[in-house]
Amino acid sequence: MKILITGISGTLARGVAYRLTRRGHQVIGIDRRPWPDVPEGVEMHQVDIRKRPAEDVFRISRPDALIHMATVTHFTTDTEERYRINLGGTRKLFEYCHEYGVKQAVFVGRHTVYGATPDSPLYHTEDEPPLAGASFKELADLVAADLYAGSALWRWPELNTAVLRLCYFLGPSRGGTLAGFISKSRVPLVLGFDPLYQLMHEWDAEEAITLAVEKQLRGVFNVAGPSPVPLTTVCEATGRRAVAIPGPLYPMVLGRFGFPYLPDDAIAHVKYPVVIDNKAFVEATGFEPRYSAKQTMEGFRWN
Amino acid sequence: MSLLDDPQVRRNVDRLPIEFDDYGFDRFGLSKKALTRAYSPMAYLYRHYLKVTAFGLENVPATGRGLVIANHSGGLGADAAMILTSLLLNDEAPRLGQGMAEYFLTRSPFARPALRKLGHLTGLPEHAEQLLNDERLLTVFPEGARGAGKLYKDRYKLVRFGTGFMRLALKMGAPIIPCAFIGGEESFPQLFHIKWLAKLVNGPFVPVAPQLILFPLPVACQVYYGPPMHFEGDGSEPDHVIQQYVDDVRHAMERLISTGLDARPRSFMFERMPDPKKEGRR
Repeated sequence: MKILITGISGTLARGVAYRLTRRGHQVIGIDRRPWPDVPEGVEMHQVDIRKRPAEDVFRISRPDALIHMATVTHFTTDTEERYRINLGGTRKLFEYCHEYGVKQAVFVGRHTVYGATPDSPLYHTEDEPPLAGASFKELADLVAADLYAGSALWRWPELNTAVLRLCYFLGPSRGGTLAGFISKSRVPLVLGFDPLYQLMHEWDAEEAITLAVEKQLRGVFNVAGPSPVPLTTVCEATGRRAVAIPGPLYPMVLGRFGFPYLPDDAIAHVKYPVVIDNKAFVEATGFEPRYSAKQTMEGFRWN
Repeated sequence: MSLLDDPQVRRNVDRLPIEFDDYGFDRFGLSKKALTRAYSPMAYLYRHYLKVTAFGLENVPATGRGLVIANHSGGLGADAAMILTSLLLNDEAPRLGQGMAEYFLTRSPFARPALRKLGHLTGLPEHAEQLLNDERLLTVFPEGARGAGKLYKDRYKLVRFGTGFMRLALKMGAPIIPCAFIGGEESFPQLFHIKWLAKLVNGPFVPVAPQLILFPLPVACQVYYGPPMHFEGDGSEPDHVIQQYVDDVRHAMERLISTGLDARPRSFMFERMPDPKKEGRR
């Protein structure tokens, strides 16, 4: 299969590209960031997904499948740019898919779109609306992108669309949202709260995305691995020190005293859990994580 | 034996039909360590202070889903704690009763993680269904706070029942185990409620009992479990059918309560009620 990966220079996307080439697929990559040591068998185009050269890749190469991973978070980009890339970019890519006869599209989103609130249930299912935009404005564009990608299911029924809502991942690349949050030796917790965190190994996440393409998945799917663990356990198992900070002081220490920076709205994600039910994905693909939570976290230990 | 590490509690926590991960947590964040720590002092109160005797524990299924439906009394929630302890201290087949916690508790710091570690999740229908799907035992007080705040003059009269538990049981195909708690009303006889204080602290009620402090008297208590009840349906039945089923459960509980009340030699009883089965075995 000829597979186009957007945002291929990202940590997870590189792993997916390796996996697909190893299984005999032809991989084409688009990213505005370079991938200097791009492996053999991957055709790399250093272009912006919103620009004409990206459309040219579709027109000339005619990929069979698209894996869309060119989304950005508040850690890297400001609001306006985020909307242009996440929402504008997603829209363009799905239009190209329709126009140039792509058969399968996989949108890789995240499980945080469900939102973290005190009254929300554990184990969100795919039929629940993603509510994160209401309380976490830095996630609103990703919620919109997730829903837009889902709308391709009725907009272009001939295109097999899969929207993946991936839980946190940890792995040797040290990339990803959770890895960023626990990147320092001390991790700030809100005093009196200890939410469950659902995480999987980076390699399992890569495998799940690969499976989604190979099994020609259609629909919206939560992707998770082992059972969730409390945040204090995540800190303990990865060799970090959890520092409990009283709620009112919490916003003040972020980005200072060696703590990571978080936008104010993200604090809810340090107080309340976002836990997803991956049953539908497992039934559709037979996915089985290879790494337990313990192995994943201990592999991420401080050395 | 320590007050925070009771051998019987520890042993029975290990035997619970619940899957724990490498760190001693289940998939809902229930913690083995926290269970031992919280139930150990409970076990002490259970044996030596409230001197609880449990009857009919064989009616509680050893594994699989179920709903324990109990009367609420005594204002402080000591009845709930003792019912949960009786389930865990049942050496034949220890079970963990899991409750549905009040929203205001799961919104507050400290209470939220503490309740989660003991298996009490926010009182959402989704949580009840997830737990039953995972073959857990739910403990429900259909009288709610109305029942816990019963005054002494209304003792052992069941107040209006909610019907949500019945639709849940039908939808999830879970048996209902009626349960009666005797002694709660005497251990904390509520004379009246301070309404303005309740409004001030935003709680359901603030009770006043003759002991004046918010702690039960050492009155011997008993727990009675009735045979499991199975009902036909899928939870989509019209209200009158559900109400009929709920009344059946209510009657079963009333029968258990009157059995319990008749069995006591007197209401303010300070010595343990003997369990004929256990005494015979010794």
